Amino acid sequence: MRKRKNIEEKFFKSLSGLTTYSLIGILLFIIAVVFYKGFNALSFEMIFKPPEGGYYYGGEGGVLNAIAGSVYIAFGATLIAVFIGIPAALFINIYLNRMKKVQNLFRYLLDALWGIPSIVYGAFGFTLMLFMGLNASLLAGIITVSILITPIVVRTFDDVLCNIPKGLIEASFALGSTKTETAFKILIKQGFSGFITALLLSFGRGIGDAASVLFTAGYTDLIPRNLDEPAATLPLAIFFQLSSPIPVVRERAYAAATVLTIIILSISLVARYISGRNTFSNIK
Amino acid sequence: MNFSRVIYNKFLSSWMRISITVIILIPFAIGIALLLKSLPIIRSDSIFNLVGSGKWAPSEGKFGFRPYILSSVYVTLFSFLFAAPVSFLSAIYLTQFARGRLIKLVYPVIDILAGIPSVIYGVWGVLVIVPFISGFVAPVFNTSSSGFTILAGGIVLAVMCIPYMLNMLLEVLKTVPTGLKEATLSLGATNWETTKHVVLRNCFSGVVSSFGLGITKAFGETLAVMMVVGNTVHISFNPLQSGYPLPALIANNYGEMLSIPLYDSALMFAALLLMTIILVINLFFRFLMYRAVNQ
Amino acid sequence: MYQEVCDNIENLVVEPKVKREEPTTVLKISNLNVNLPNHPILKNINLEVQENKITVLLGPSGCGKTTLLKSINRLTSLTPELKVTGKILIEGEDVLNGRTNIPELRQKMGLLSQRPFPLPFSIYKNIAYGLKLKGVRDKNLIEYNVEKRLREVGLWNEVKDRLNTPASSLSIGQQQRLCLARGLAVKPKIILADEPTSALDPTSSKTIECLLKELKKHYTIILVTHVLRQAVRLADHVVFMYYGEIIEQGEPQELFKHPKTEKLRNYLIDGN
Repeated sequence: MRKRKNIEEKFFKSLSGLTTYSLIGILLFIIAVVFYKGFNALSFEMIFKPPEGGYYYGGEGGVLNAIAGSVYIAFGATLIAVFIGIPAALFINIYLNRMKKVQNLFRYLLDALWGIPSIVYGAFGFTLMLFMGLNASLLAGIITVSILITPIVVRTFDDVLCNIPKGLIEASFALGSTKTETAFKILIKQGFSGFITALLLSFGRGIGDAASVLFTAGYTDLIPRNLDEPAATLPLAIFFQLSSPIPVVRERAYAAATVLTIIILSISLVARYISGRNTFSNIK
Repeated sequence: MNFSRVIYNKFLSSWMRISITVIILIPFAIGIALLLKSLPIIRSDSIFNLVGSGKWAPSEGKFGFRPYILSSVYVTLFSFLFAAPVSFLSAIYLTQFARGRLIKLVYPVIDILAGIPSVIYGVWGVLVIVPFISGFVAPVFNTSSSGFTILAGGIVLAVMCIPYMLNMLLEVLKTVPTGLKEATLSLGATNWETTKHVVLRNCFSGVVSSFGLGITKAFGETLAVMMVVGNTVHISFNPLQSGYPLPALIANNYGEMLSIPLYDSALMFAALLLMTIILVINLFFRFLMYRAVNQ
Repeated sequence: MYQEVCDNIENLVVEPKVKREEPTTVLKISNLNVNLPNHPILKNINLEVQENKITVLLGPSGCGKTTLLKSINRLTSLTPELKVTGKILIEGEDVLNGRTNIPELRQKMGLLSQRPFPLPFSIYKNIAYGLKLKGVRDKNLIEYNVEKRLREVGLWNEVKDRLNTPASSLSIGQQQRLCLARGLAVKPKIILADEPTSALDPTSSKTIECLLKELKKHYTIILVTHVLRQAVRLADHVVFMYYGEIIEQGEPQELFKHPKTEKLRNYLIDGN
């Protein structure tokens, strides 16, 4: 009896331990595969030149068009998302302070919004684009991605704000500040790490998401100069070029994948460093 | 209050109000827009026929979504079979057995895995999983396969869902009070007995909802699956055949859809369907989760 | 009500023990050090605990009493950052030795924590659980034990008609007594009580105190408290701790009347 108990303990300890370590192994494996393929393809030309000679035929050039397009879209979308998301998070935490039920309902809705797949956002963005009379362009891409990442901004920032002690808010009221002043002077300052984390996370999501820009941003070999020009993005550059029969074009996909992975990795690590918390959760 | 302070307050508070209103309206706007766009096809045929019929022939005006829905369900099921046990066991190891150093290492790993864009998982799937299936798995079962299969989709999706599920499971398992664990341990229970008898019992609904939310994540995933699943329709339950999930249908056919009547409406209907299914499951499990975590 | 409980116990406690003349040492702690990274919690603790006595660990909050208690049954392993060194001997067996079977060792000690933590089972199963962990399968034996332990803590008459209701339906004072009964069911040598009355109302506290006094006839009790009066009422041996160190220890009469150190004297003044 005593024996069986110990064997069971040992068995589950080793099984679950093995699982956990293999999880770390898988992460390393994925990154290793992408980097192994990508570093062979990476060169100065690859990063700093747009493709030349047509994208189905291969030829010279690199993936600068996609890097530029992705950065433009992620940057623009983050800007819009922060512009709408940050005040919304402040609103939830200062005006709805006394209404726990409403507050939770809002969070519930936002979390559900976070759960909607990006292809649905893509379809919605496309509808919106037609409705506004736009073509597939940088602007349409930015608008679609910003709708996708706004809930992320709100919930990430809100996660930090809701841990700010009530006493601090009350102290601010006691000094005669209005709700608005408390929100914009005290809460933003106290939750600044959350603000930065929200910024970084949404930027990372924006730069990496493919399904939402598939129909809205278009694809081109040129670097967009205007908001109404189509723009290539890194995920789509990878997606389109990976299936090409021409090795040179496939190389570009690998290079783009490596660039994207490096960007995402740096964002993750910086966000971790700043937030100093164990994990970003989207429940609670 | 002086004049400029009043203006400052008015301006910022209306900014906050407008922002929150816009955000709360987004889900409704999406729902209404997709519904309006899919009205033509809903009018032309009953919803029951659309969802239940297996015939997909846009040029004849036949739009049956059943094979795509089944394909989605099947891929999701496979990913769940891989992802659920792995994330479950890891969560238990990390909360019950692991040493401090490992825990510190694993949290960033989860974060990074969760942050990697789906297209990168797709690249990994194409480079590793697809050849693995055509080269090793198919010969074992005495069949030949291109490797672009339901199974490949399931594996790639599973790897994507694990960090998401694991993150929630850890959050759920953290809600078990330390005192309760201490009480059980001091009765002479081993770590595993404590987990089995007390921890899991205490947060059963939280664990179930983590799994449920993981499923919705897998169900809606587009690009990574699309890259490895083959994108042709087979109604068979052989995981070594290719599949064609709903999100991939939408993504693949957007370009050509304007030339055939009702085609764009059909795809919008697919998006609406996808959103409805996911929202319903998501809202249900999230509700369970709130109750489990804030009990 | 507590008087009634005490009377009950007087009548019901079985297997009276022959009093020994010489006090025996059950637990011996030598050179125990517990550290967080860069921060010591317990410094060089040396302590002997006598059988069938109540040893009270007294001191201000945050002085390491609870950590000391948790080192004794290795609950410190739940906090992986803690580094525990030294020797803790129970009946000659070293608790901190890596090869000791911890679950078996923990069954030599019953834990009573600051607030009650009933397991998410019925009242009956709460007590039966420890026995089942020990490998007891005989239903009659389990039933006998459940009744005996519930009688021991004076809970039997209150719950005998609803043994299958969830333990969480009991009042908090009853829950604490149930937790005590649960700990007794595995036949421990030592009862580790960590401020067991801090979450309870005065009546329930008195009941628990009364129980501890009775139980010391059969068990050895280590009680953590910061309530001076409780220490005076219960202690056979007092250990005064301050910031991770044992400052003074001895018989309560002696110690409280003639404190040798400034720290204890101040604590006594503040406490009264």
